[in-house]
Amino acid sequence: MNALEAVVLTIITASTPLLLAAIGELVVERAGVLNLGVEGMMIMGAVSGFAAAYTVGSAAVGVAVSAATGVCVALLFAYLTQTLVTNQVATGLALTLFGLGLAGLIGENFTGLPGVKLPAVRIPVLTDIPFLGPVAFGQDPLVYGSVAVTVLVAWTLARTRIGLVIRATGSNHHSAHALGYPVIAVRYACIAFGGACAGLAGGYLSLVYTPQWIENMTAGRGWIALALVVFSTWAPRRVVVGAYLFGAVWIVGLYAQGVGVAVAPQLLSSLPYLATIAALVLISGNRFLTKANTPACIGQPFVPER
Amino acid sequence: MKRLLVIALALALPVAAFAQDKLKVGFVYVGPIGDHGWTYQHDRGRLDVEKEFGDRVETIYVENVPEGADAERAITRLAREGAGLIFTTSFGYMDSTIKVAERFPDVMFEHATGYKRADNVSTYSGRFYEGRYVIGQIAASMSETGIAGYIVSFPIPEVVRGINSFMLGAQTVNPDFKIKLIWVNSWFDPGKEADAAKVLIGQGADIMVQHTDSTAPLQIAQEQGAIGFGQASDMMAFAPNAQLTAVIDDWGPYYVARTRAVLDGAWESMDTWDGIGPGMVVMADYTNMPADVAAMARETEAKIASGELHPFTGPIYNQDGEMVIGAGEVLDDGALLSMDWYVRGVDDTLPE
Repeated sequence: MNALEAVVLTIITASTPLLLAAIGELVVERAGVLNLGVEGMMIMGAVSGFAAAYTVGSAAVGVAVSAATGVCVALLFAYLTQTLVTNQVATGLALTLFGLGLAGLIGENFTGLPGVKLPAVRIPVLTDIPFLGPVAFGQDPLVYGSVAVTVLVAWTLARTRIGLVIRATGSNHHSAHALGYPVIAVRYACIAFGGACAGLAGGYLSLVYTPQWIENMTAGRGWIALALVVFSTWAPRRVVVGAYLFGAVWIVGLYAQGVGVAVAPQLLSSLPYLATIAALVLISGNRFLTKANTPACIGQPFVPER
Repeated sequence: MKRLLVIALALALPVAAFAQDKLKVGFVYVGPIGDHGWTYQHDRGRLDVEKEFGDRVETIYVENVPEGADAERAITRLAREGAGLIFTTSFGYMDSTIKVAERFPDVMFEHATGYKRADNVSTYSGRFYEGRYVIGQIAASMSETGIAGYIVSFPIPEVVRGINSFMLGAQTVNPDFKIKLIWVNSWFDPGKEADAAKVLIGQGADIMVQHTDSTAPLQIAQEQGAIGFGQASDMMAFAPNAQLTAVIDDWGPYYVARTRAVLDGAWESMDTWDGIGPGMVVMADYTNMPADVAAMARETEAKIASGELHPFTGPIYNQDGEMVIGAGEVLDDGALLSMDWYVRGVDDTLPE
């Protein structure tokens, strides 16, 4: 394996959990809901996925359980914010704290155990092509999944009736309601979808990235995903750019250190954030488009008038 | 008021008498006891104390205590609960330990890896660099590319000393041995450590060394057909085909000795910095290597244990080629504790 191939492969694994979590949150926010609990859903996905994979001995089961757990935690958020109409910011923050704590409790008996790794795809001839093979045809299923989900989300939001309804719900929930669309139900569904994505992102950490369970292993990736959504101005393709740019700058920084380029490690740790924010601000420089994309009802509670 | 005082005294006296029967030993941990690294090893030391003294002691511990204000609260709580001896097991507990110790002069405190002492506060740490000298020799013998990848946390003397000791060991086998360093700016972030390991292997390193606490780098090494060393704890379960050995922190004998000192009334404030000889640093089984390499490692380990060999024996040159210490002389502990320079052959610039 040559150095370039190693770098590209590492960038892909570093970016995938960010992309998964961010694309889910994008749909949630497009529907007008701000869920700050991404980190909490992610860590719950990580611990439950690991526990299931370890108990059953199958990483595929682990992945399914990760997503399911993400949905469950997200539905809790949905019930609180949509049905009971609690404050979304406070509830989201609480969800993160709750998730981190509960995951630590559940994971107590699973720390320090060797995990089950989700195997990478292997296509006989194609995977053996030098460079292109491992990069394009030798990834684990979740990498392809993250790309597929992103394409699906972009297409759905832009080209389908469902996407239009989601966007309408996020832009003006009173109008959507008046037109007869079930605002609360749409939001429930979007929150659940976001939960599934965040759960998968967590599962990616504990089943592929580093197949083991460790407390706090998400290490702030949920917050990075949240920031990516805002800086990409709610456009799926920019989320891809942001997630991969973040991963790339981080890995290239490590690579530079390895070949002896002297960079202060503190600077290196902050570089991905700086570069991603700078790049996304540049590409979303058109203020009119940014405004048009921003879900006008984000974070606002909706109580249907009788 | 007077009557209250009498009642309070009457209540307090039997408790005090009871407390003297059984020594309570408290432990404050920075991580979870299941981290399979630093805290895990300290907790094994606690279990050794229980095993050694049985009914004569009772141990209590608090895990996941953040460094800072929370630490002071946790230590105070243990002292209030009647602990006669308290081990605070992270560098960042230093000031908290000193503060609480002032308020509880009858309680003995033991602070790991710090340098502030008091009449009732001792400090202790391990000479982990001795183990790193041994793994340096193994690395240079086992590497085909002649390059080790070395994942590091923060540029503090402890870490720099480890790098230098590893390099000096490696150079006894292969004078041209190279290391590639990556600073991940964290003690514990499995994701980052895994990324660094992948990049290093991609750059031609076939030996993985780490001064961070997770098992991730060794797992990556195993996955990609490289080999490496465990850190702080035996990580064999995570990389049965990749772990050559591990530098293990064994706090058990020290914890037993200090508990005995309190039980015998012989406890005194002191500073302990022990290595392979007294058994505070232990090498895991030498695995996945040919017999002659294992024999060499065992011999070096024995020489360090007996004091015949000191890893920092001159002549030692720094990166600029200046002689730091002449032939046959040994760097003293002061120089080791404040080490902020690389030995010749380390191709890296020390971050400020």
